[in-house]
Amino acid sequence: MNINLELTDKKAPVSGEVRMSTKNLSLYYGDFQALRDITLNIPENAITAVIGPSGCGKSTFLRLFNRMNDLITGVKVDGRVELDGINIYDRDIDVVELRKKVGMVFQKPNPFPMSVFENVAFGPRRHGRKNRMELEDVVEKSLKQAALWDEVKDKLGQSALALSGGQQQRLCIARVLAVEPEVILMDEPCSALDPIATLRIEDLMKSLAENYTIVIVTHNMQQAARVSDMSAFFMMEEDRAGILVEYGPTAELFTNPKDKRTEDYITGRFG
Amino acid sequence: MRLRRNVHEVDAIAVPAGGLARRWRLGEKFIEGWIYLAGGLAIVVLLGIIVLLVKEGVPIFFDTPPWEFFFGTKWYPVSEPPTFGIMPFFVATLWVTIVATAISVPIGVACAAYLSEVAPDKVRETVKPVIELLAGFPSVVMGFIGLMLLSPLVQSAFNLNTGLSGLTAGIMLAFMSLPIIISVSEDALRAVPDEFRQASFALGATKWETIWHVCIPAALSGITAAVMLGVGRAIGETMTVLMVAGGALAVPVSPTEPMMPMTAAIASGIGNAVRGGLQYQALFAIGLILFVLTLSVNLVADRVLERQKRKFQR
Ligand SMILES: Nc1ncnc2c1ncn2[C@@H]1O[C@H](COP(=O)(O)OP(=O)(O)O)[C@@H](O)[C@H]1O
Ligand SMILES: [Mg+2]
Repeated sequence: MNINLELTDKKAPVSGEVRMSTKNLSLYYGDFQALRDITLNIPENAITAVIGPSGCGKSTFLRLFNRMNDLITGVKVDGRVELDGINIYDRDIDVVELRKKVGMVFQKPNPFPMSVFENVAFGPRRHGRKNRMELEDVVEKSLKQAALWDEVKDKLGQSALALSGGQQQRLCIARVLAVEPEVILMDEPCSALDPIATLRIEDLMKSLAENYTIVIVTHNMQQAARVSDMSAFFMMEEDRAGILVEYGPTAELFTNPKDKRTEDYITGRFG
Repeated sequence: MRLRRNVHEVDAIAVPAGGLARRWRLGEKFIEGWIYLAGGLAIVVLLGIIVLLVKEGVPIFFDTPPWEFFFGTKWYPVSEPPTFGIMPFFVATLWVTIVATAISVPIGVACAAYLSEVAPDKVRETVKPVIELLAGFPSVVMGFIGLMLLSPLVQSAFNLNTGLSGLTAGIMLAFMSLPIIISVSEDALRAVPDEFRQASFALGATKWETIWHVCIPAALSGITAAVMLGVGRAIGETMTVLMVAGGALAVPVSPTEPMMPMTAAIASGIGNAVRGGLQYQALFAIGLILFVLTLSVNLVADRVLERQKRKFQR
């Protein structure tokens, strides 16, 4: 399946294969329905933004793709979530393997209380890489990819908690990259950062999008407009269940929304 | 006219209000003073204990030089002349503490990790208070259990002449220090922010890897403090070791021998000691050493706990 993405002039048009998708997906926290009947395709090697008012289920939606919702008791999922055509909620799916392929960056930078090196080496170590030289290579490569190497190469042994917020978030991205994922999920990765750190992360995302499929939840309309290729607008229905209102190329969704609710939200948020 | 009345009304309200404020201030002063008094009293009592131990215990060193006292292997308080070497007691305490620690630390930390990371809320909420209740179990009763149930087991398992040994005492002490180790370690583990676990799971780590490589390292200083509190308990416990350690006076070379830890030596000797006599002084000196030992263990634990608290406040 192909989706053709029409993009703003600043990006070259790409046509991406569908990497992940949801089909008629509903999610319940106990009796409360948080997501209703969501069908959406996420293209490969592009940035897909998920926007919408707070509480509409953006984070919940994002956590579907690496099954982090499994950690919450009472969660029930209906429908399909596919990675390369395989339903990741099938019973024989190995969650560890899934999470190796689908990494996640959280809202608040959450480096482990360990050294910079150990943070990045954490994933590779868990997945069986023990050789020190090999680990050093992975750590260096990941930190370079995350545009953090120059700032931390002399303090790899120092506590990661001593880094600035923006550096911590890039460290968390490096930590994900070290596992060599194919998809990266980001849940409002810049909401705890200052504008300069935010721009650095955005640049980083754009460069990563060449090789990775990225899904980002953001509160910030400008950010979605700046970085994403595709945008999905979520909203709540009367019973607070999240629905997908509109999905399409970012340029289109922002300049020419098809749904009145999208238009109202976007104009309201842009002021 | 109306104005005047209003003024009076205001006065009428203001007067009792002022009285109330004054009473409050007095009440607060009273409470404040009370707190200061209690705090001061605690310090006075602590200092009093130290002074007493030093005053009664240190004079032994005029008779037995510290070198002989600490490293002497013979404790003959009633022979002529008496000798006071506390090496047997010191080594006994060491053995018993080592056995107790070796058993209680792995089990305690494992239990804490289970309660904090694995057990459903319901299980934790019922099990934890029960465990904490066990901390208050009378040590005489533990002594009885050791005497009746454990010592025959130890005797047959190790083929010993008597089941009353340092090992038996150490096992009982392990049970007695488990509650505090579990309780404090569990608190430390629960204080580890959930975002670390989330990050670990999201990187593809399993539950077990997350506990072992993230939660326990992050809580390590708290767990260390828990262990030290447990060790302090093991060093200071008296009644149980008196009942089950065997009470032999030789320097024990193996934990399976009967032995007499420092606490037991004081408890069993003090009844026969003449007040102010040499044996009396020697026992007080042992008490002083115990006091210093447990106090320093507790102080270190306290410092470590402080550090743990500060660790996650970025
Ligand atoms: N662990 C949870 N248990 C129960 N309800 C939850 C949980 N997490 C989120 N919710 C509910 O699901 C809805 C969507 O939440 P969330 O996905 O966090 O929204 P968003 O990220 O768009 O702000 C909200 O109504 C929220 O209260
Ligand atoms: Mg959210």
